[in-house]
Amino acid sequence: MAAPLLSLRGISKRYGEVRANQAVDIDVAPRSIHAILGENGAGKSTLMKLIYGVETPDSGEMLWQGVPLKLASPAAARRRGIGMVFQHFSLFETLTVIENIRLVVPGQTRALIARIRELGTEFGLEVDPHAHVHELSVGERQRVEIIRCLMTDPKLLILDEPTSVLPPQSVDKLFDTLLRLRDGGVSVLFISHKLEEIRAICDRATILSAGKVTGHVDPREHDAHDLARMMIGRDMPEPPPRTPSEPGETMLELIGLTYTPDDPFGMPLKDVALTLRAGEILGIAGISGNGQAELSELISGEIRLPFENREQVQMMGEPVGHLGPAERRQLGFAFVPEDRLGRGAVQGMSLARNSLLTAHPLGLVRHGLIAMAQATEFTRRCIADHDVRTSGAEAEASGLSGGNLQKFIVGREMMLAPKLFFLAQPTWGVDIGAATAIRQKLVALRNEGVAILVISEEIDELFDICDRIQVLSQGRLSPSLETRETRPEDIGRYMIGAGAAA
Amino acid sequence: MSAARIWPTLVRRERPSLYLKVLAPLLALVAATLINLLLYLVMGKDPLAVFHAMILEPFISFSSFSEVLLKTGPLLLIAEGLAIGYRAKVFNIGAEGQFIIGAIFASALPVWYPMATGQWIWPTMLLAGAVGGALWAGITAFWRVRLRANEILVSLMLSLVAVQVLNYLLLGPWKDPNGFNFPQSVMFQYDAMVPLIIPGTRVNASLPIALALALAAYVFMQKSFIGYKLEVGGLAPRAAGYAGFSEGRAIWLSLLIGGFAAGLAGAAEVAGPIGQLQRSISTGYGYAAIIVAYLGGLHPIGIIFSSVVMAAIYIGGDNALVSADLPIAAVRVFQGSLLLAYLMAVTFVRYRLAFPRPMSGAPA
Repeated sequence: MAAPLLSLRGISKRYGEVRANQAVDIDVAPRSIHAILGENGAGKSTLMKLIYGVETPDSGEMLWQGVPLKLASPAAARRRGIGMVFQHFSLFETLTVIENIRLVVPGQTRALIARIRELGTEFGLEVDPHAHVHELSVGERQRVEIIRCLMTDPKLLILDEPTSVLPPQSVDKLFDTLLRLRDGGVSVLFISHKLEEIRAICDRATILSAGKVTGHVDPREHDAHDLARMMIGRDMPEPPPRTPSEPGETMLELIGLTYTPDDPFGMPLKDVALTLRAGEILGIAGISGNGQAELSELISGEIRLPFENREQVQMMGEPVGHLGPAERRQLGFAFVPEDRLGRGAVQGMSLARNSLLTAHPLGLVRHGLIAMAQATEFTRRCIADHDVRTSGAEAEASGLSGGNLQKFIVGREMMLAPKLFFLAQPTWGVDIGAATAIRQKLVALRNEGVAILVISEEIDELFDICDRIQVLSQGRLSPSLETRETRPEDIGRYMIGAGAAA
Repeated sequence: MSAARIWPTLVRRERPSLYLKVLAPLLALVAATLINLLLYLVMGKDPLAVFHAMILEPFISFSSFSEVLLKTGPLLLIAEGLAIGYRAKVFNIGAEGQFIIGAIFASALPVWYPMATGQWIWPTMLLAGAVGGALWAGITAFWRVRLRANEILVSLMLSLVAVQVLNYLLLGPWKDPNGFNFPQSVMFQYDAMVPLIIPGTRVNASLPIALALALAAYVFMQKSFIGYKLEVGGLAPRAAGYAGFSEGRAIWLSLLIGGFAAGLAGAAEVAGPIGQLQRSISTGYGYAAIIVAYLGGLHPIGIIFSSVVMAAIYIGGDNALVSADLPIAAVRVFQGSLLLAYLMAVTFVRYRLAFPRPMSGAPA
C-alpha cells in the first residue's frame, strides 16, 4: 500500500456517557474509494465530523500525508483539501447553481461557470449553472454539492450515505463519477450501510461497530454475509414470514386526492388513489420530497381538506378528509410520523408525559386531570413489551437514541390497538436490530388482520414486508404493483417518472 | 489560521441544569442590584442610603412591607395569567391594556349606580373587570386565529387604545361633575371597595384571591390535561398538530386566561387602594408582570416569589425617590436591568461556556 493520504491513530470522542468513537485507526490510501461501513449509531457520522473539522477528537492523532493534522473548523479542512458532501444538502433552493457555488468559492463568475462546465464533462457531473436549485432533481442537487466540493481541488472527498436519496438508476451514474474522481487522483471516503454498493465500488472498507473498528477488509473479497456479520456481529436478520391470507374490508381509501400546499416549495399531489384492506401491508416507495410529507399529513389529518372534498380520504368506510388527527384516531387509526423528536414525541418531556400525546383516551386522564400513575404504568408496559432501552418512564424523550425512541413511538401507537396503522419512514436512522424488530411487529399485526400503510425510501424494506407497492413520484402515485411480481428496477422506473414501459 | 478563538464559546448542555434554573433569578437580582448601585454612585448619590431605602426598608419597616404586599397582588395575578400563555408560546404583551379595560368594566357599576349598597357589589365588580380584560384579550386572539396577525403587536397596540378609551371616559361621560374638572370618576361607595384584611394597612382581600388563583394556576399548568396540551403546543407545535390538539383553541385559551387575570387585577386596583377610576390607575403593572413571569421561571410557585421581589422594587424605588433623592426613572431602569440580567443568566441553564484549548500552532 502506498503511503497513506490520511491516517487516524487512536481517535476517540465521547459525548457525555456515549463513546461515539473509541481508539479508531484508519489509513486512507491515495486514489482509493474507501468505505466506512456500520449500522446506524456505530459512530460513522462522528468520525466524519472529526475528519472534516466539525468536531475535535478527545484523544488520538490524525496525520495528513504524514504530517500531524489539527482542524479547528470545516474551513480549515477545506484549505487542506478535505471536502464533504452531506446526506442532507445545504443548498439554497431559491438561488441558482452558480449563486450557490459563489457563496463559498471565491472568483469571477465567468471563470467559475467555465470551471463548473469543465468539471461536469470531466467527471460526468453535467448540470446547468444557471438553473435554480428548486428546479433540480435530487440527483442533480447532489451533483451540485459534489461540484462545489471539487471547486477547491480536494484530495479527499467524504460522502455521507450518498445513495440513500437516489433512485437506483442514478446510483450507477454517481458510481461512474466516483470512479472517474479516483482515477483523477481524489480519494473518496464512502459512508454507507448498504453492503452490495460497497462491494461494487470500494477497494477498502473499514467496519465500525459500537464506535470501534471491527475490521479492515477488501470488500471485493467478501460477500455481503461476511460484511454483515462484521457489521452487526451476526447474520443479517431474515425477513419475517408473511402468512398468506385473504384481505378483508377496505380500511383506507384515497379517491382522486388532489392537494396544493401553501408552501411554494411543497409538492402538490395530483389525483392520488389507493385502496388498503384489512390484513395487508401496502408500501409507498419513492424518494422523500416527492409528496411524501404532504401525503402523510393528509392521511393523518394534520392537513384537513375542505368539507366538500372530505370524500377524497376514507377510513373504515367513512369520509374523513375534513377531520383532525384526534377524530381519526377515534375511528381506529394510528400513525407514526417520520420526525420523531418534535412531532412523534416532545423533546423536553418524559416518556410518561409523551404517552399522553396520543394514548390519553386509554384512561390516562381522569376528570380533566392527568392520571400520572396510569400514564406511568402505560409507559412501563410500552417500554417492556417493545424492548425500549431506557432508564424508565421518567427518562426524557430527547435522551433516547433514535432507534429506541422509534420503538417507543411505534409501541405507543400499537397499544392504541389500531385497525388502520400508518407509518412514515419507520426505520429511518434506526439501527438494524430495532428496524428488524419493528418490521417483525408490522408483519405480525398484518397477520392479525390490521391494515398497514408504510411510506419508505428503503426499497429493500418494502420488498421484505409489503404485499403491494405503489410509487410516489412528483406528487403522483403509480398503480398498485404486487410485490411478488415486481423487481426493484420496476420501482426505480416509476421513481424517475418513466412509468411501466419495457 | 484565524485568531478568533480566544473567547470562550457557548456550548449547549446535554440537559438543562436544574440547579442553575433556581439560581438564575437570584443571580440576576444580585447582578442587577450591583449594577444599579454602581449607577447611583456615578450619579453622585450615596449608594448606602439608596441601598437602605430601596432594598432594606421594604422588608424591615412594617408599613413599607404592607405596601409591598399590596403591590404583590396585581403583579401576582397578571404574571400567573401571562405565564400560562407564555408556556404555550402565545406572547400576550398587552396585559397593561387588559388591566385598564378591567378597571373600566369594574368602575361602570359604581359610576352608574353610586347609591347602590350591599356586599355583592365588589365581587361583581371584580368579575366584571375579569370579563372585560378577557374580552379585550379576545380581540387579539380573534385576529391571531383569523388572520395570523402577530399577537405581540396586536396586544401591545391595543394597550395604547385602552389608554385612549380611559382618557375619553375620564374627560367625557364618566368625569366626576363635582371633581373640579380633574379627569377622574366619582369616589366609589363603601360597598364597592374590596374589604381590608390587615388592620392599619391598605392590604385587601385581593391578595388572598391572587394567592388562591396562583394555586389554581399550579394545578392547571402541572396537573390538568388542558394545561398539558398548552405546554405541548409551546414546546413542540408539530407534536401538538400530530396529536390533534387545536392550535386555535390554545391561542384563545392562553389569551383569555391572561386577559381575565389582568382584568381582575385592574378591577381590584380601582376597587382597592385607588377607590375611583383615574388616569394613573396602573404604574406599568402590565409590563412589569412580564418580567415577574419570566423571573419566576414561568412556574406558578416561582412567580409568587418573583412578584414579591418586583413589588419590593416598586416600593423601594418610591422610598429612594423620597429619602435618597433618586429620579423617578430609577425603578424602570432597575426593572429593565433585572430582566436583561435574568435573560443572560438563564442562558446558562441550557448552555455552558467552553474555553478554547490552547492550540499547537499548525502551519496554515
